[in-house]
Formats: sequence, structure tokens, C-alpha cells
Amino acid sequence: MELYTTWKALITAGDPVTAWQKFYVYFYQAFVEADRWKQYIEGVGRTLYVTALALILGVILGVLVAVVRTAHDQQRPGHRNPILGVLNLIFKVYVTVIRGTPMMVQLLIMGFVIFSSSKNFALVGALTLGINSGAYQAEIIRGGLMAVDAGQNEAGRSLGLTYVDTMRFIIIPQAVKAILPALGNEFIVLLKDTSLISVIGGKELLYAARAVVSRTYEAMFPFLGTAVIYLVLVMLFTWLLGIFERRMRASDLR
Amino acid sequence: MIYVKDLHKSFGKLEVLRGVSEHIEQGECVVVIGPSGSGKSTFLRCLNLLETPTSGEILFDGVSMTDPKTDINKMRQKMGMVFQHFNLFPNMTILKNITLAPVRTKLMSEAEAKQEAMTLLERVGLADKANAYPAQLSGGQKQRIAIVRSLAMHPEVILFDEPTSALDPEMVGEVLDVMRKLAEDGLTMVVVTHEMGFAREVGDRILFMEDGVIVEENTPAEFFAAPQSERARSFLAKVL
Repeated sequence: MELYTTWKALITAGDPVTAWQKFYVYFYQAFVEADRWKQYIEGVGRTLYVTALALILGVILGVLVAVVRTAHDQQRPGHRNPILGVLNLIFKVYVTVIRGTPMMVQLLIMGFVIFSSSKNFALVGALTLGINSGAYQAEIIRGGLMAVDAGQNEAGRSLGLTYVDTMRFIIIPQAVKAILPALGNEFIVLLKDTSLISVIGGKELLYAARAVVSRTYEAMFPFLGTAVIYLVLVMLFTWLLGIFERRMRASDLR
Repeated sequence: MIYVKDLHKSFGKLEVLRGVSEHIEQGECVVVIGPSGSGKSTFLRCLNLLETPTSGEILFDGVSMTDPKTDINKMRQKMGMVFQHFNLFPNMTILKNITLAPVRTKLMSEAEAKQEAMTLLERVGLADKANAYPAQLSGGQKQRIAIVRSLAMHPEVILFDEPTSALDPEMVGEVLDVMRKLAEDGLTMVVVTHEMGFAREVGDRILFMEDGVIVEENTPAEFFAAPQSERARSFLAKVL
């Protein structure tokens, strides 16, 4: 503390200081002074919370859209279900609009137009991110469902299983295994995209860093620190996905 | 048991079946042979509606399979199918492969299905593989499991779609042995195959198909000794 004050005084006065002293001062100022580390921790908590909410929403939307669209495409001729047709059309528009507009624009529209009166920025952000991620996940999952050998579906149906049971027990488990790397990628993008919700006032990690920068007028350590935290989070995430992937591969044993 | 009336099936402009009528009786083993592209597999796949016929009618146990009001899942439970590429579910153990359908269709309880599966596995000599995954088995073993999976539903008829075509030659015998036993036990079978030996020994009736129609229908003895049609004669000259 005393070191910080004396060295800080040196820097402000324009006196020569060593690189180490400078490092110490700026680091201290970015993370320790006024218990700023608490802001980062809070930011990380909020980031993880938003990610989790968006992830759940995204997966639900993604599976729903993918299954409905695949079911629609796989109907037998002469057995077209009109409800499925309408849903398919709605979901097609959803995927087109979401994939066709920038994430940032979607956030601004949700935050300042649709939910302009809401003060719960994190929730609005999570909602937007979930809706956005769902569209991408839907296409990944749909690809996985279509990649499962048609013979699997035929085998299931020829045993008298319903379409839903065949999907649930045979097709989806195999599709999930195949798309896990791509889905992992999407989850990582989602985790990092939570940093965008700071533009509508979501108090996540980057928001905390920017708050510190505007206090201290020093950008390097807050932003570098933010980058490191994101990197660690993503590495943790990747590790967890790796464990999950290995478990899914149990049936590959020879 | 299965009546087929004037069955047509087109894929786009290509007419694969051009009027097939046939009656398959309880307990018989019908073998369908013919050159590739003759519509044998399509005919078989139309029977359980894996392919939707363009026109014509299929009556199974007096119920029209092609009627949109028919509960096709219920009908398929009574009509097993064995595929050329086995189509075992790679994400499940052998036991689960077999018990999934009987349990999900509420035909049996979990325990009953397991017991039934073990009995059937015993019969084909693969009881020790119950907890293995399909990837760990040879082609012949996979196909025997696929047959067991079909049998576990206690079907009235089983459709075999070239069950030995994807197998190494030394594994063909073990699969045909299982099928021979089923035929002896009186199971109704419709078999599309290129195994002329099997057709001759086990078949009760031969259907020879070419260009989407049944050209000749005969007993195996007569078909192989003295085929009536010129086309069957030239086909047999090539394969025997």
C-alpha cells in the first residue's frame, strides 16, 4: 500500500521509475486498489450466469427447431402434417432473420426497443444471446440429425417404434456425438459473446473492466486481465467438453 | 397373410415397380430373386411401407397398410425386417438393441424383454455378447443380432433384404443357418437374396423379378431345374 502510494506519486510527478515499479503501480491500481478485484469476480459471475441462461435457452430452441425442421422434411408423401408445415415456416424465418443480422444490432434492438423499459439488462442480454445461439445450434443439430445413416431410422421404424422414440433413443444420441465438437465451438462463441451485452448495460466481466478503466484512465491491465480470465474460462469449458466427449465415445470401444 | 394388389412404385420418372400382385401365406418362406435393379428390394420395402407405394394395395392380416388411417407403427410391430447393412444401433449395447423396441412398444416389461433377449441370444450362440457394443462384433455376428432384434418383437413375418450381401464369404453360412432354422420353425419369411443355394434348399416358393414385375413364380425344384421363362433361364445361366 505504501509502496503503491509513493511510486504512484513518482509517476504522477513525472520522475523516472523502473519498469517493475510501473508494473506494480498499474497492476495494483487495476486489481487491488479499492478492492477492484471484487468487481471482476462479480463480472465473471454475471458472465457465467448469462452464459448458462443463454446456453439453456439456445439448446432448447436449437433442438426444437432442428427436430421440427427435420421431421417436416422426413414426412412420408401424402402424410403432410399442416401444423408441422406452419412451424417449419416460422422456424425458417427465425433462422434466416437471426443469422442474417449482426448480434450487436439484435442486442441493441432488444435492449433499447423491445425491452427498453426493462432494467434487468443481464436477463435481456441472456434472452437475446439464447435466441441468437439457438438459430446457429439449430443448423448444427439439423446437420447432425441428417448425417445419421438413414438405415438407423429405418431399423427403428421397422421395429414399430414411433418417430419420436426413434429420434429420442436412436437418432439424437448418435447425432449429438457427431456434432459435439461443433456444438462446443458454438458454446465457446456464446461464452465470449456475453461480453457484447455491456453495450446495453449488462454488468458482466467486460463491463467491470471498462468501469475500472474509466476510473483509473489506464486500459492495459484491466483489458489484459479480462482477456486472461476469458481464456481461462474457455479452457475450463473445453476441458469439460472433452470429458463429456470421451464419455459419449464409450460405444466406440473395439 | 399378405396380399399385394397391383403395386406400383416410381422414384421421380423412374418406375421401379410396375404392377406386382402376390399373396404370401402363413408359414411359407418366399425367396425373391432377380438381377439388380429389378425392384426386389423396393418390393420388400413397400411391404412394411418403408417406401410409400405410388399406387396399389397391401393387405396385411386383412388391414390395408396403405390406408392413411392405419396405425403403421402397430402393423410394423408384427412385421420384422432384417437389412443388408444390419443397421444395429451403435450407441447401445447388444442387449439394449434387442430390448428397446419390445419395451418401448409396451409389448413386454423390461425384465421380460431381457429374459427373452437372452433366450434368443442363446439360440444364435451369442449370449456372451449381450453387453458388447455392435462395433465389437463381426459382420456375421451383427446380422445374427439383427435377426434376434427382429424376433424379439414376436413378428408374424420377417422381411430379409439381402441379409448376406454385405458379409465376408466365410460369415454367410452362420447367418443362413439361423434363417434356415427359422424357416423350419415355421416363421413366415420373405427373403430377397442372391444366395441361390439357400433359395433352392429353404425356399417354399421362388419369385423371379425383372424390370419391376414378377416374371416367374415357381417351386424351387422346378425353378432351378427347368425355369419356364426365357429371362429366368438367362439369369440362372449367369449366376449358377
